[in-house]
Amino acid sequence: MKNPSRRDFLKLAGATGAGLLASRAGSALANEGTQINNEELGMLYDATKCVGCKACMASCKRVNSDYGSLSYEKAKFDSDGLWDAPSDLSGSTRTLIKLFKESEQRWSYVKYSCMHCQKPSCVSVCPVSAMTKEKVSGIVDYNKNTCIGCRYCQIACPYNIPKFQWEKALPQIVKCDLCKATNLREKGISACAEVCPVGAIKFGKRKDLLSEAHQRLKDAPDRYVPHVYGEHEGGGTNHLYLASMPFNKLGLPDIKPEAPAEFSEKIQHTIYKGFIAPVALYSTLCFIAVKNMKKHKGHDGHDQKQEDK
Amino acid sequence: MGNHEEYQKLEGKIFTKSFFILLSVVLLGFYFVGVRYVKGIGAVSNMSDGYPWGIWITYDVATGTAIACGGYAVAILVYIRNRMQYHPMIRSAILTSMFGYGLAGFSVMVDLGRPWNAYNFFIPSKWQANSAMFEVALCVMAYSTVLILEFLPAILTSIEQSKWDRMNAVRNWLHPKIAPDQKSMQDKLEMVRLGAVWLKPRLNKVLIFFIVLGITLPTMHQSSLGSLLLIASTKLHPLWHTGFLPLLFLLNCVFIGYAIAILESIISSYSFKRPFETEELSGLAALIPFVTVIWLCVVIGDLAYRGQIGAALKGDFYSGWFLTEFLLVASGSLLLFFKKLRRSPRWLFTSASLIVLGGALYRFNVYLIGFNPGQGWRYFPSFAEVMVTVGIVALEVLGYKVFVALFPVLPNTSAHGGGHAPAKKAAAKHGKKAALDVPHAPVEAH
Repeated sequence: MKNPSRRDFLKLAGATGAGLLASRAGSALANEGTQINNEELGMLYDATKCVGCKACMASCKRVNSDYGSLSYEKAKFDSDGLWDAPSDLSGSTRTLIKLFKESEQRWSYVKYSCMHCQKPSCVSVCPVSAMTKEKVSGIVDYNKNTCIGCRYCQIACPYNIPKFQWEKALPQIVKCDLCKATNLREKGISACAEVCPVGAIKFGKRKDLLSEAHQRLKDAPDRYVPHVYGEHEGGGTNHLYLASMPFNKLGLPDIKPEAPAEFSEKIQHTIYKGFIAPVALYSTLCFIAVKNMKKHKGHDGHDQKQEDK
Repeated sequence: MGNHEEYQKLEGKIFTKSFFILLSVVLLGFYFVGVRYVKGIGAVSNMSDGYPWGIWITYDVATGTAIACGGYAVAILVYIRNRMQYHPMIRSAILTSMFGYGLAGFSVMVDLGRPWNAYNFFIPSKWQANSAMFEVALCVMAYSTVLILEFLPAILTSIEQSKWDRMNAVRNWLHPKIAPDQKSMQDKLEMVRLGAVWLKPRLNKVLIFFIVLGITLPTMHQSSLGSLLLIASTKLHPLWHTGFLPLLFLLNCVFIGYAIAILESIISSYSFKRPFETEELSGLAALIPFVTVIWLCVVIGDLAYRGQIGAALKGDFYSGWFLTEFLLVASGSLLLFFKKLRRSPRWLFTSASLIVLGGALYRFNVYLIGFNPGQGWRYFPSFAEVMVTVGIVALEVLGYKVFVALFPVLPNTSAHGGGHAPAKKAAAKHGKKAALDVPHAPVEAH
């Protein structure tokens, strides 16, 4: 009696495992899932040009204050609150300039803000579609009216970009949306790129930014690390970086070219394709259970236990 | 024949000392829940943008639902593998599952930043089938409903046989001016009773389809709890980040489920001073190694396939936690291979505890310990955060204690012996096979 059911169980386990293996093999074969759209909007940040004036941070807050980035963060020495001095991206800061200093000679500024991935993890994991990627512009946008505040986007984002308002009773997620509702709509450019005095932030279509980046690498090869960060990282991002130092030192993680969302979705889709597996599982189990019940009812008089529930 | 023979209510008082101790813990926890709603999550917890999921998700949801898988595991055994001798255990297992899942749902509502938007789960245009979280959320909600339906027969039986003593006592205690009329109240109560009588056989007819749904749903969402972390390929340590996470989580919840069913039975026998159900327990225990061995093999095979065996034995922080988890499960399973040990409640308790601890640690490793969002982030739960979790667990225990007294949940021991029968009587009622083993069944005296 126990053998058929154990076999069923093993079959089930085997099928799941085989499915997973198949999905692995699939992912190794081709990366055609991520189709890079170079028409999307993005920014190119050149760390070698940046002078660290933080004008981009100030204008970001000024322009987007109605969209969650209102509050200012005091520095420790600044009890009157004259300056805004956030130490990291946060529930009130969407973009941030940091200085990485290895020695007096070797240092670099770095700007953090949403990478606007080609295949964003946050969009892939959001259970209620509060994170979306716009089809044409490629902007990864957040809708607080749908968000349930589960913070799965924060778990998923490899760049730690989405930030949560921990101190608020009615919190929301805060992240860069390329000034979609503000500066971009009014002036056709993101506030940080508009205000940058040295042209360290270039706004435009991804294809133009990429060719510009490669041109700069070609023109001044000893000025840069020979790599455009974001060209292939995690399936490609629309926010691209050039720098004179290895990118992982600047807080930009080493990420494989396959988008993390590609990997997880492949497995999830293998298990739940067309909802066939759950339905098949349910009907098989129903069949077994009903059969067992009937068998049991037949033995009523002799059996030690009465099935009655 | 009927349920009143297979299950019984626990005799005794509800309002004992332990009741009030638990209640005060619950109230403390709920005080902090209140603080969280007024001052924000940051006011009570140490979660941060680097560690956006703390123990509320790791313990209450990811681990708590696995611990609440007793109902799932026993249901597979009884209805799919057709071992009806375990049927008497199923109600208490389902009851704990019901509380486990219900309270996991509750703590999700505490943890969610914008819970008022949760209705979006029911709006098809907002559905996001790529998200493992979406699948987990819908499945857990559906399963909680199914658990309530599965438990409903116990409540209906109770209503059917009720003489409404407590209700009448409350009525008599109220001031005559506000107390409802004795006659009309009795009529209404009689209608409720008749409704229960009407509903029960009808529910019984379709119940099996809900029970099977109650097996399908955990299979889906327990594996999806593993899928949740698939996306964190840069943050979760390679010891745990694998495409097999869904399978590992599924197997993990099955062996935790059996082990916890054993623990629950032993603990409730001990604390309610009932005879141990040694016979069923040792049978149940014999199943665990099958599942754990598969689980351990998948873990090792996967590590070898990805070339991470070296990392597992490296002896650093991560490998330490990995080995602890692995050895806990392995040693617990090893004990269960010995027939003699399986017959001793003491050893059963030890090995089941080891397995539950190891299995739970695996989930902690995946959700918290092996999770590294990058430099500079650190997480250790705050006191208030822990108290919220402890309060929720206390509520679970409290609810269990109250329910076993109000409804026929625990296996009936008096059917053949009367009163508090010794263990061997309890074992003997389960038939010829069981009777043979009785002399070996140790009776722990307390």
